Amino acid sequence: MASVSVPARRPGLLGRPTSTTGLWSWFTTVDHKKIGILYGVTAFAFFLVGGVEALLIRVQLARPDQNVISEAAFNELFTMHGVTMVFLVVMPLSAAFFNYFIPLMIGARDVAFPRLNAYSYWAFLFAGIFIYSSWFLGGAPNGGWFGYPPNSVLDPTRGMTFYSLGLLIAGIASTVSAVNLAVTVINMRAPGMTLFRMPVFVWMGLVVQLLLAFSLPIVTIGLVELLFDRRFGTHFFDAAAGGSPVLWQHLFWLFAHPEVYILVLPAMGIVSEILPVFSRKPLFGYQFVVFSGIAIGFIGFGVWAHHMFAVGLGPIANTAFGISTMIIAVPTGVKIFNWLGTMWRGDIRFTTPMLFAIGFIGMFVIGGLSGVSHAVVPADYQQTDTYYIVAHFHYVLFGGAIFGLFGGIYYWWPKVFGRMLSERAGKWNFWIMLVGFNMTFGPMHVLGLQGMPRRIQSYPESLGLTFWNTVSTVGAFLIAVSVLVFLVTAVASFRRPKEMEADPWDARTLEWFTSSPPPEHNFDEIPTVHSLDELWHRKYAETHGGRVVPVPAGGSGRPASGHGRSEGDGGHGSEHGGHGIHLPGPSYYPLIASLGLPIVGYGLIFGWWMVGVGLLVTLAGFYGWILEPSAE
Amino acid sequence: MRRKTLLAVGLVALAAVLGACAPNATQDSLEPAGEFARKSHDLFVPVFWVATGIFVVVEGALVVFAFRYRHRKGREGIPPQVHGNTRLEVAWTILPAVILAGVAVPTVATIFDLARQPEEGTMRVDVLGHQWWWEFNYLEQGFTTANELHIPTGEPVYLRLCGVGLGGIPDAKTPVPTECQPGPPDGPAAAAVGDAVVHSFWVPQLAGTIDVVPGQTNFLWIEADEPGRYPGQCKEFCGLSHAYMKFVVVAHDPGDYQRWVEGQQAPAAMPEPETAAASGAQTFAAQNRCTRCHTIDGLEDQDGQPVVGSNGAPDLTHFMSRECFRGCTLPVTEENLRRWLQNPQAVEAGSWMVVDPPLTEGEIDDLVAFLQTLR
Repeated sequence: MASVSVPARRPGLLGRPTSTTGLWSWFTTVDHKKIGILYGVTAFAFFLVGGVEALLIRVQLARPDQNVISEAAFNELFTMHGVTMVFLVVMPLSAAFFNYFIPLMIGARDVAFPRLNAYSYWAFLFAGIFIYSSWFLGGAPNGGWFGYPPNSVLDPTRGMTFYSLGLLIAGIASTVSAVNLAVTVINMRAPGMTLFRMPVFVWMGLVVQLLLAFSLPIVTIGLVELLFDRRFGTHFFDAAAGGSPVLWQHLFWLFAHPEVYILVLPAMGIVSEILPVFSRKPLFGYQFVVFSGIAIGFIGFGVWAHHMFAVGLGPIANTAFGISTMIIAVPTGVKIFNWLGTMWRGDIRFTTPMLFAIGFIGMFVIGGLSGVSHAVVPADYQQTDTYYIVAHFHYVLFGGAIFGLFGGIYYWWPKVFGRMLSERAGKWNFWIMLVGFNMTFGPMHVLGLQGMPRRIQSYPESLGLTFWNTVSTVGAFLIAVSVLVFLVTAVASFRRPKEMEADPWDARTLEWFTSSPPPEHNFDEIPTVHSLDELWHRKYAETHGGRVVPVPAGGSGRPASGHGRSEGDGGHGSEHGGHGIHLPGPSYYPLIASLGLPIVGYGLIFGWWMVGVGLLVTLAGFYGWILEPSAE
Repeated sequence: MRRKTLLAVGLVALAAVLGACAPNATQDSLEPAGEFARKSHDLFVPVFWVATGIFVVVEGALVVFAFRYRHRKGREGIPPQVHGNTRLEVAWTILPAVILAGVAVPTVATIFDLARQPEEGTMRVDVLGHQWWWEFNYLEQGFTTANELHIPTGEPVYLRLCGVGLGGIPDAKTPVPTECQPGPPDGPAAAAVGDAVVHSFWVPQLAGTIDVVPGQTNFLWIEADEPGRYPGQCKEFCGLSHAYMKFVVVAHDPGDYQRWVEGQQAPAAMPEPETAAASGAQTFAAQNRCTRCHTIDGLEDQDGQPVVGSNGAPDLTHFMSRECFRGCTLPVTEENLRRWLQNPQAVEAGSWMVVDPPLTEGEIDDLVAFLQTLR
């Protein structure tokens, strides 16, 4: 060997990245907090894109008989709006919170598989870019987010091939991340953090990861079959050749109904954290909220055919799924009543996160009630595929999920960025969004019941639907204004000094026990947990009568504000047998390994040689990954 | 004072909700006009009011709690730490379950009621969904219409629906399908499915929705109490011109209906020779032109021989008896017919109608004249 003097070169393809700050560090990071921020920023960017698509849809529908947007473009817009909001906004935005806060809330230093975590993020990002590249490569998906064949198979543009491949890549990202986070929750809890001392948000996180792990394989089968029907001339969904279009509908909804809970349970978890903090009371009926979440997860797998009442499955199937759909309303109701119980006799502070949490309850109740009306099967024969359905699921997914997620953003912003968001602007954001939201989606109930089907590019004046469509369009632009208010507030917050205390809200859970923002290793010392709402009980003691008195200063554990990484490893010798804190090092390989996925995808559309290239890139990524130690 | 304001706001809001429904909606599921639509409506209305009650209670509690337990300036200390109450939990688990059970009973009864089998002598019509028009086959009476379904009032009609027709790629793999035939998916009948896509048949004032699924035969009861025109449209996204796949159910008094049936059963009368209409008929009957897809019962070529058409596109035997065409979105007027014949794709995105080679202005004049004789 010529270079004896050089330290033994580690095996692997590339040198190890070292920087943990600066732009490049974002590409190589395996820190769950940085990955959480990446998820959040990316999802929010897609939120803006999906919002613009929604505005274009509303412009086209503002007046009857319009042709501002052609049929072809309109079909692409509503398809991409749905695909974007479900797969590229609400799911990853929830993933952002799970990534950032599950380890902090359970007292862990990172997720179980940090590099796999980075891989999930990059695969998700590439899935989004891949799907959106279709606009420039022969047409965006245009068969609806539900992609019903034969229409989705027969369509001559490439759109639905991009759809199937893009969602397959996103599915890989979600599956990997689901396993990772589930293992984290099960295995990485701090000493004393039993399952029933976990915050509800972590519980909902666990339920969501299990839902993902069990529902994604189902839609994966459907998407592969769709891809094969489109690309290789198979006949899975071709009735003329003995296939079945209804097969897809089962595969899709057996995934897509649990997906609804995948989208809304994270927001329910967030709301369950916000309400107690700002009511200054513990969550009412903690066990019942947890168990109802688990019940929703289970029953959620047994209601899928309520999307298919008009398919002609027969009265027995329709009865069974109508009843199971009614049953799932019960645990949902239990949650709502417990949230009300939390506010009852509280000392409620109307901060922006609290407003969004209350808004969530108010709007979700409406979505839940209209949902029960779908379970009344003969009534659903009228409602199905009308704007009444559009109204219903926007009350659940916007009034529910998005309001909850916005609450989470305002609640945890100081923790993540060490700066407050303006409360004043936050209140403007909330009220404009609440009014705009109800103006947009409230009238859709009426429109649907009075005869407006979904996914129509225009409607004639004679249907008498003009007034509420116009109102709805105005409301949509109000929502856009509220989002702009948020954007300005978010940018402005970075001009404030970064001097947030650890626990600005007088909160209850462990993420507030460390500095804001947390050091890379999260906690200087892993806390030992003694109870639910650990942080609260370190600050306040409860007498027998339920009265609360602050623990004397200097008590067992005031928040460790100000403790940062500057303390170094020296102070923690005892914890790891004198070896300090081990954190996984940054790595190029998750990015490289996931980069192969979209290349394989393009290859399946444009040419086999690219499939080979993609596989090689993936293989190279995993090869380097395997030979790289997780930490130096 | 505050309470009065709240009450006033609440009443205004309720009035707004009640007055929200447009009075001039013509495709309105809230205005049922027949037995079967009424069954859906009769379930929806009580459920709506139960839901409204729950809405008022829950949202009321939310607003009252938010107001009543808001932080007041000067309040010190921390509220009592209530962790839960098992009795309450049991109560608010069981109470909604009981309410839902009450809703479930009539729901299930109605599901089975709407799915009942037809009796001997029930009037039946086959409904075939095409991209983007509706074919109505009166098998017992022996004729076919498009986009207009005529029924007698006061009589339940049993529809048999299946998805056939051109769709997807222009050079359809299978010959033009013609019939709604139930059968096992691998049987010969299902081969007639062709490149069909899923549609959904919805005429809200007369019945709920039923999908039209390739390879599957579905059924739907409709009935109209009063004579009238009841608009409907395809509800399941079915490609480019989904928004323009409409139809109308025309309900007649039984006597008028019988006269309409007799009119439809008669073959078309060929126009007088040497007229524009007559040369239009010849253009229509020319090989590989209109009759590749369209049928006109009674059509003859120059030699007086009958010309058999095909059912891939609307049957035009009594075209002028219909008020609308192109998925019932255009009135049958001379101007609209011209626009359509000049370039169907310019009128309907993705239309399957092939005009190749394009028609000359003279041919269009003749064809329009001919079509206007098809009463």
